Amino acid sequence: MELEFTTRTTFDKVGTRPPRPDGTDKVTGRALYGADLAGADMLVGKVLRSPHAHARILAIDTSRAEALTGVKAVVTRDDFPHIGPEGTVKGEVEESVWDVARNVMARDKALYEGHAVAAVAATSTAVARQALKLIDITWQVLPHVTDVDEAMRSDAPLVHEDMITAGMDPVPEEPSNIAEYRKVEMGDIEAGFAAADVIAEQSFRTEAAHQGYIEPHACVASASEDGLAELWCCTQGHFSVRDMCANILGMDLASLRVTSSEIGGGFGGKTTVFLEPVALLLSRKSGRPVKMTMSRDEVFRASGPTSSTSITARIGATRDGRITACDATLRYQGGAFPGSPVGIGAVCGMAPYDCPNVVLHCYDVVVNRPKAAAYRAPGAPMAAFAIESLLDDIARKLDIDPVELRLKNAVKEGSSSVYGPTFGPIGFEECLETARDHPSLEAVPGPNQARGIAAGFWPNFGGQTSVTVNVNTDGTVLVSLGTPDIGGSRASMCLMAAEELQIPYERVKAIIADTSALGHNDTTGGSRVTHSAGLATIEASRKVIDIMKRRAAATWDIDVDAVVWDQGCVRPSGANAGDHEPLTFDAIAAMASATGGPIAGHAEINAEGAGASFAVHVCDLEVDPETGRVTILRYLAVQDAGKAIHPDYVEGQYQGGVTQGIGWALNEEYIYGSDGVLQNPGFLDYRIPVASDLPMIDTVIVEVPNPGHPYGVRGVGETPIVPPLAAVANAVSRAIGRRMTETPMSPPRILAAIDGTS
Amino acid sequence: MSLQHVTTTVNGDATEFLCDAAETLLDALRDRLGLTGSKEGCASGDCGACSVMLDGRLVCSCLVLAAEADGREVETIEGMAGTGELHPLQTKFLELGALQCGICTPGFLVAAKALLDENPDPDETEVRYWLAGNLCRCTGYDKIIRAVLETAADLREE
Repeated sequence: MELEFTTRTTFDKVGTRPPRPDGTDKVTGRALYGADLAGADMLVGKVLRSPHAHARILAIDTSRAEALTGVKAVVTRDDFPHIGPEGTVKGEVEESVWDVARNVMARDKALYEGHAVAAVAATSTAVARQALKLIDITWQVLPHVTDVDEAMRSDAPLVHEDMITAGMDPVPEEPSNIAEYRKVEMGDIEAGFAAADVIAEQSFRTEAAHQGYIEPHACVASASEDGLAELWCCTQGHFSVRDMCANILGMDLASLRVTSSEIGGGFGGKTTVFLEPVALLLSRKSGRPVKMTMSRDEVFRASGPTSSTSITARIGATRDGRITACDATLRYQGGAFPGSPVGIGAVCGMAPYDCPNVVLHCYDVVVNRPKAAAYRAPGAPMAAFAIESLLDDIARKLDIDPVELRLKNAVKEGSSSVYGPTFGPIGFEECLETARDHPSLEAVPGPNQARGIAAGFWPNFGGQTSVTVNVNTDGTVLVSLGTPDIGGSRASMCLMAAEELQIPYERVKAIIADTSALGHNDTTGGSRVTHSAGLATIEASRKVIDIMKRRAAATWDIDVDAVVWDQGCVRPSGANAGDHEPLTFDAIAAMASATGGPIAGHAEINAEGAGASFAVHVCDLEVDPETGRVTILRYLAVQDAGKAIHPDYVEGQYQGGVTQGIGWALNEEYIYGSDGVLQNPGFLDYRIPVASDLPMIDTVIVEVPNPGHPYGVRGVGETPIVPPLAAVANAVSRAIGRRMTETPMSPPRILAAIDGTS
Repeated sequence: MSLQHVTTTVNGDATEFLCDAAETLLDALRDRLGLTGSKEGCASGDCGACSVMLDGRLVCSCLVLAAEADGREVETIEGMAGTGELHPLQTKFLELGALQCGICTPGFLVAAKALLDENPDPDETEVRYWLAGNLCRCTGYDKIIRAVLETAADLREE
């Protein structure tokens, strides 16, 4: 990183709430999402999916489908090139190409119900559907396992017959469903518990939740005879899509151009590929553009939900509320392939607290479920559910206010974190104090009502980012970004460019450029975009200013050191600069042709310095003791944003994350039958929160500037989903007088807890 | 299978199209008429992203057959703004940041307009229940509900 800066604290434009540049298209229906592109001669692609949770594919006969009038191409495993198990490719995190490839299309076995086994391209949806029915598969159905604890047993059916647990010493001789074991350790755990006056211990379980983006996966692929191809798709990272497709299909990167459509939600779930390589193959085989869209049913069965988990944890504390030790065993299933977010989740649970003695045993487990994808703060909400629940139990045992307990143990600048780095300036104590003093806490819970408090943490990321800032001759500015805008980031980038260039916000527009127009950009995720693309936008804007200073100096025939940038103008400065009228941004832009050509700044960076993010949530709710139904009465989310560039979209992240967390806590779960088939693959039975389920969500934006960003930005998107599971659980547990240990806390589970039968 | 001929009115314009007997109004709007502002989120009437007005009644266009539009009037998100001017609900959604990804926004706007046409002075609970058939995964509904309530208040003052 070349950019040098001191973090600013006063702003003209940053922190205001102007309309977003893509807004009008989105309120008029003009904005084009994944499924909204149509082309001449376009075919419809559909996928045949496994009806079995686990089955060997002995034979695939596509002859009857191929003979159907209107069918233009059929693809199966045989159409994919062989690739070895070595390569990796980066989506939200580093993934095995081989795993992604065989998740996209099953090879020797179908590993979960919904796993793709063949695909067709036809002249209409109806013909494509009919063709799928004409594909004959010879199955050998195998025993399956979908539960994480059952999958870890030595007699469990093996998802991969050759998988030896990584990270074990000694190396196990027998294969198992445990992909990896990892131990995180600091201090002396025995001494820590010996010093404890109280110990809270409990086992917890969370069911898998789906990101639940309203837009199903969709793409249009067009491959031409010269080996080039174009792909349009809804994704959080079109550069990653390009890398994955090229790796899976054996293409070079320059031959595949990927354009990201507007994206209708992702939350981590659109950081990998499902349909895209299949659509490219179908297009290549048929010689025509192919459009593929998932149904909602397919989204649930065959995209990437988050892990279900089983966690056992123990926390010790002294009589005065100092945490002395935490040990936990965390078991996360990642679906049919390794890669559950157990490692990062585990450390996020304890990261808010200054605890000297910690041992975390982390198990990454495979089961016969769809391959897990990232879901907002991947892995953290489940670990926080366990840790924050135990802290609440300790607060009750010691009769200490739960916020005060957390304040006693909160990490601060200089604290060492359980995941390695020493914290710089962070806002956790400020969040706790703000929550404690918030007026909404004056409400006194009535009968069957209670308050739950929980904290949350996410480290945030930086990463590779490439941005171009083009100055037009009329003084307007276009920012080209390579990070898909999933919730208003174009507005934030325009604000930062306008702030830096000292020109009106309305004079700046931003677009998401395709993969041919910019250097590589890592995926939108991990709460990295406002930080990283913001850094790159600011750096590129400063290069524009440098060019403008040089142009003005040359015009005046003075040295560039004799000019300054001030209030959107270049002025002469110093004794020998001469007496020149300042040149405005617009004037220099208009002279571009005569002074050396187009004016543009660009930045290619690998951003570092992402500031850690903390939040504190307070949930007031009522439990109906007759039905077990929970009503959320009030909800407060306090979080450190470092600096809120566009506060509307920061508040929106808080409110949206809270709502997803409430859904996960109360309603949402993947329900599997004994046959390993998902029983609720639709929004009727997988019930996400609706408007009538919720009150307004109060938010407070705390701003402790991140010194790793010139404006102090911290990513804000992930952390809001970390505390809600525990905040809701702590409130329900206090309301009914019994500790809730499983999500979702559905009415039957709450009634069972009240009756003491759970 | 022969196609059906449908004569209808879409956003005030006389419109004809051919469709399969089993085709939904949503598919016909999107694939036959190029009106892709109505979105498919579920195809089962659970998400409301495909909300349109059919003879003045709010419907999920994924649950209506295209052939049922024959002789009737369809209003979609594309018809909501006047010439060169947004509907007050559209303006308010932008002003309050009541959208993030925007995929549910057309459905919310169509449904909210239907509410305000019927009840110009809804309270928060009425707005929440009226919009309970529209799913949003990004916003937590807070800013959407505020935008509808504020628009209603503005319109009452006009």
